Amino acid sequence: MIEVTDVARTFTVRRRTGRFRRVRTTVRAVDGMSFTVPRGQFLGYLGPNGAGKSTTIKMLTGILTPSAGSVRVCGLDPSRQRTTLARRIGVVFGQRTTLWWDLPLRDSLALVRRLYRVESAAHRERLDELTALLELGPFLDTPVRQLSLGQRMRGDLAAALLHAPELLILDEPTIGLDVVSKATVRGFLERLNTERGTTILLTTHDLGDIERLCDRVLIVDRGRPVFDGDLPALRARADTGRTLVVDLAEPGPPVDLGGVTVARVAGPRQWLALPPDANPAAVIAALSARYEIRDLALREPDIEEVVARLYQGVVSPAAG
Amino acid sequence: MYGVLVWAWTRSAAQYPVSLVLLGVGSAVVTGLDALAIVIVFTGADRLGGFTAAEVLFLYATAALAFQASDALLGNTELLSRHVREGTFDTMMTRPVSPLVQIATERFNPRRPIRIVLPAVLLALVLPRLDVPWTPGRAAVVAVMVVSGTAIFCGIWVLAASVQFVLMESHGATKSLTYGGGFLTQYPLSLFARDFVRGVTFVVPLAFVNWQPALYVLDRPDPLGLPGPARFASPAVAVVTCAAAALAWRTGLRRYRSTGN
Repeated sequence: MIEVTDVARTFTVRRRTGRFRRVRTTVRAVDGMSFTVPRGQFLGYLGPNGAGKSTTIKMLTGILTPSAGSVRVCGLDPSRQRTTLARRIGVVFGQRTTLWWDLPLRDSLALVRRLYRVESAAHRERLDELTALLELGPFLDTPVRQLSLGQRMRGDLAAALLHAPELLILDEPTIGLDVVSKATVRGFLERLNTERGTTILLTTHDLGDIERLCDRVLIVDRGRPVFDGDLPALRARADTGRTLVVDLAEPGPPVDLGGVTVARVAGPRQWLALPPDANPAAVIAALSARYEIRDLALREPDIEEVVARLYQGVVSPAAG
Repeated sequence: MYGVLVWAWTRSAAQYPVSLVLLGVGSAVVTGLDALAIVIVFTGADRLGGFTAAEVLFLYATAALAFQASDALLGNTELLSRHVREGTFDTMMTRPVSPLVQIATERFNPRRPIRIVLPAVLLALVLPRLDVPWTPGRAAVVAVMVVSGTAIFCGIWVLAASVQFVLMESHGATKSLTYGGGFLTQYPLSLFARDFVRGVTFVVPLAFVNWQPALYVLDRPDPLGLPGPARFASPAVAVVTCAAAALAWRTGLRRYRSTGN
C-alpha cells in the first residue's frame, strides 16, 4: 500500500546572522527513510516534534515533493499523480478542518461528495453508515463553526471516508479530544480497520491510541526510523522490565529478595523492579512466604517511558 | 467543479445576509466612482492624451470589464500566502480538485461578479457614441479584446500567485501588477512615458488587454509604432500569458514547502 524507499526531504532555511546577512543552511527533515506498509495494516507513526512525521505524511499525500528517493502510495507517485491518488486515500489533519465553516455538516459532506464525484446512491448509503458509527445524527444540520472539537473531528473523519478510500492517513486525530470522544474515534478506527480492511496510518502523541489500535509501531527521530515493530517488541526494548507493586501489612524497610531491586518505598507500599527475564509468579511466591501481603499489582513497562527513552536516543537505534 | 464550489461559498455568504447586501451595493458603487472620476476630468479638458471622453470611457469600460471578470474568477489567488501560512493549502492539496480552483472559489461572494455589471453597462452606453464606422471586424475586435483581456488578467493573477510560493508575503508587491494593471489599462497608454509603455507592452503584456486592439477600433496610429498585426495579437498574447502562468503554477506547486505543524 505504501512503499517508501530512501526518501529524503531537505529544506533551505535562511538564518539571520547580522543586520542584513542571511546564512542559508540546509535542514534535513527526513533523511534516508524507508518502510513499507502492507494492505490492511494499522500503523502507528510516532516521533517527537520535528522528527519528520508531518513531512513524511505530506510526501505520502503528494503535498511535498521528496528531495530524493521514491514514494509509492497505492502504486502511484503522490507528487506527480496527486489528484488521482486523492480519490483513493483519505486524509485527516487533527489540527485543522477540511469542512466548510459556515455550512451545516450535512451540506459540507454533500460538497465533499461532489468534489470526489461519488455516486449519490453510494453516498447516501455510506453517509447513513458513517452517521450511525460516528454518532453524527444530533449535529448533522449544525453549521460546522458551531460544532465542538470532538464533533468536528468526527465530521472530518466522515468527510475523509465518504469516498471509501483504501488508505486513511491521520495526523493526530485525537489531539485535544476528551476521553469519551477519544473512545468513539478509537472504536470507530478499530472497526474500520478490522471490518472494512482499510489500511490506516496514524501519527499521534497519545500512546493510548497506539496501545489500543496499532498492529505495528514505527518510531522516527531526526528524520530516520529508530524503531519498527509491534507493541510487545517495543515493550521488550525497555531494559527496565516489569514492576511489581506490593502493599505490605506493615510499613517496613525495603524487602530483601534475590534478583529484585526495590525502586521506591512509600509507607507500606513498595515498588519492586523485576529484571526482564524474571518470573513474576516465583517472585510473588517468595515474597508471600516472607511477608504478609495486602494487595499487589504487576505493571507492564510504561510504553510512554520506553518511547521517551527512544526519543532521547537511550535505546540503541536498530530495527526491532 | 468551479461552479459547485462557487455555489457552496455563495450559500455560506448567504448566512450573513446583511453583509452580503451591503457589500454588494458597496462594490457596485465603488466601481462606478472610477468612471465618475473620468467624467469629472473631462469637464475641464476636451481631450486626454489625444483621446475624447467617449474614447477614454471605452478604454475604461473594456479594461474594467476584463479586470473585474478576471478578479471575480481568480482574484482570490492573492490570498495564497495566507492559505499557506494557515495550513489550509495543505488541505486543498489532499482533495482531488486543483488547488487553484479551490483557492479561486474560496470565500466566493456574489459581490464579486456584481462588479462586472457596471463596466458592462458603461461599455454598452459608450459604444454607439464612438465616432467610428462600425464594421463587423470592429465589433468582433471589441468582443475578442474583452475575452482575451480577461484571459491576460487571469494569467497575471496566477503568475502573481505562483510568485508567492517562492516569496511568501509578496502579495503586496504583486498587487502592483494585478490591481496596478487593472488601473493602468483604464487610461490611454499615450498618457504615460514611452519606456513605461514599452514595459507594459513587452514585459507584462498589459498593452494587449485593451490598448492595442482599441487603437484598431478607434482607428489611431500606435505612438510606439508597432506594426499593424500587433493590434490583433491579443488572443495570441493571452494564450502565451496563460501558458506561462500554468507553467509557473506547476513549478510553484512542486517547490511548495508547506509549513511545520
